[in-house]
Amino acid sequence: MTLLAEPIAPPIPVEPSPAPALEVEGEVKTKELVIVNWSGELDKVWPVMILSSTAAASGVRCKVFVTFWGLLPFVKDQKRIVGENWMQKMLTLMQRPGIDHLKLSKMNFMGMGPWMMGVLSKKYRVASPRELLEAATTLGVEFIPCQMTMDMFGLKREDLIDEMGEPAGAATAIAMMTDADASLFI
Amino acid sequence: MATLEITTHVDARGLSCPMPIVKTAQAIKPLASGAMVEVLATDAGSVKDFAAWSRTTGHELVEQSVDGAVYRFVIRHK
Repeated sequence: MTLLAEPIAPPIPVEPSPAPALEVEGEVKTKELVIVNWSGELDKVWPVMILSSTAAASGVRCKVFVTFWGLLPFVKDQKRIVGENWMQKMLTLMQRPGIDHLKLSKMNFMGMGPWMMGVLSKKYRVASPRELLEAATTLGVEFIPCQMTMDMFGLKREDLIDEMGEPAGAATAIAMMTDADASLFI
Repeated sequence: MATLEITTHVDARGLSCPMPIVKTAQAIKPLASGAMVEVLATDAGSVKDFAAWSRTTGHELVEQSVDGAVYRFVIRHK
C-alpha cells in the first residue's frame, strides 16, 4: 500500500507572480545600501559613519541597522551608566556608551590607541565619528536600533539619541538587506 | 548652452575624505536644476571621488583643474 496513492487535494494552481513594477522611461530606481552596525569599536564605527554619510551624499538611500555592541555608541551623551539591573549597569561601566568613547579593536592600550587616533585625525582633518554621524543624520541616513539588544542591555528608547528610528527586529533587518542593492555587516 | 554663473562655493581645502563630498552634497541639495557649484579641495582622492560621485548622483562634473595642491571642480546640478 502506498501512503500517498492519490493527492488529497487537487494541486493548487500556481498564481502568476505579480508583474514587476514598471519603471518610468528614463527614471532610475534609487539605489539602496544597508549596513549592519554590530561591533561598536572605533575602527569599525568610523567606516560605518564614513560609508553611510557618503552613500546619502551620493543620493544612495542608506539604512543602518544598529545591533549588539554597535548600539552603545548611540546612547545619549549625558547617559553614563544605563540599564536596569546590576549586570546591565556593569556593562556600561566597563564600556562607556556614547559616540566619543569608542575603543579600538586592536592596539587599544587602555585608551592610548584611541587617543592617538584622535590626535592623528585632527592633524589630518579627518572628520570624527561624531561629526560624520551629524552629517549622516542631516543627509537622511536612517538608524534603526535592534529591539532585542535594547531589551538585553536594558536600554529604553529615551536612552538613545533622538535621531534614531523606531526599534525593530531581525525580520526587519532581513527585509532591509534583501531589498537593498548592497549590504554590509560591520 | 550658455555657461551659467557659479553661485555656490564649497571650500573643502584641508578636509579629508569623505567631507569634501559630504559638504558638496549638502551645498547642492537646496539648489535648483542647472545651478553651478565650485568646489575647492586638497584631498588627493577627490579627483576619483568627484568623478564617481558625479556618476552616482547624476550631477554633472563640468570642469576640473588643479593648481598646485588645490583641486577645483565645477558641478552643474542635474
